[in-house]
Amino acid sequence: MPVKIIRQGKRTTAELSGDIDHHSAGTLREAIDADIARNTPETLCLDFSSVSFMDSSGVGLVMGRYKNVSAYGGKIELQGMPGSIEKVMRLSGIEKIAKIVR
Amino acid sequence: MKKINEMKMQIECRSVNESFARAAVAAFAAQLDPTLEELSDIKTAVSEAVTNCIVHAYREKTGKIYIQTELFDDGTVKVKIRDRGCGIADIKKAMEPLYTSLGGERAGLGFAVMESFTDKLRVRSEVGKGTTVTLIKTVSGRNGG
Repeated sequence: MPVKIIRQGKRTTAELSGDIDHHSAGTLREAIDADIARNTPETLCLDFSSVSFMDSSGVGLVMGRYKNVSAYGGKIELQGMPGSIEKVMRLSGIEKIAKIVR
Repeated sequence: MKKINEMKMQIECRSVNESFARAAVAAFAAQLDPTLEELSDIKTAVSEAVTNCIVHAYREKTGKIYIQTELFDDGTVKVKIRDRGCGIADIKKAMEPLYTSLGGERAGLGFAVMESFTDKLRVRSEVGKGTTVTLIKTVSGRNGG
């Protein structure tokens, strides 16, 4: 499974791994949305430390989760992004909707 | 600028081939001894172009994607990605950042990423006939000649 979901109180961390592209994004989306539906986390943290590649499908993944979480007042954090991934994220101005944590 | 090597491949329009396509082009371009960052930029741009063929050109239907990669002695990598899909009616609009004709979870950033991760991007398209995207990037490590 390319995602590991960790719950700590009102916070959910999704540890993503492998390549994030149009092909793999669907599986990640389903796993994260299942946790959002069940636990409505106040903060959803997406951890990219173990992601080896990401194209703009990853931006779509973040924007979609933002939509779901912000609907009930939740927040999104993006953690541990390697330089190449942050470069794609910043193109979209993602920092306006998500907090970037080193 | 002299061409030193060339590779052509043809893949089925299936999302499982996205990772194969970008990895194959990157492995071939590695001959020029690019930096890891340059190689990652090429992979990202190719991934966007191939994904466009799958989600737009053929709309999840079947079809073939043709990829030609040329390497030049000054460190230039030229990747042509061609489909025989629906074509793009308004290229200018399609290239606007955050514009997507699909909605859903597509960010509308495909062309914006291709543009900022390469030195030059060319898009030629004819409605009903298909689209050719050309990505050009010159890498710093030169291993040509």
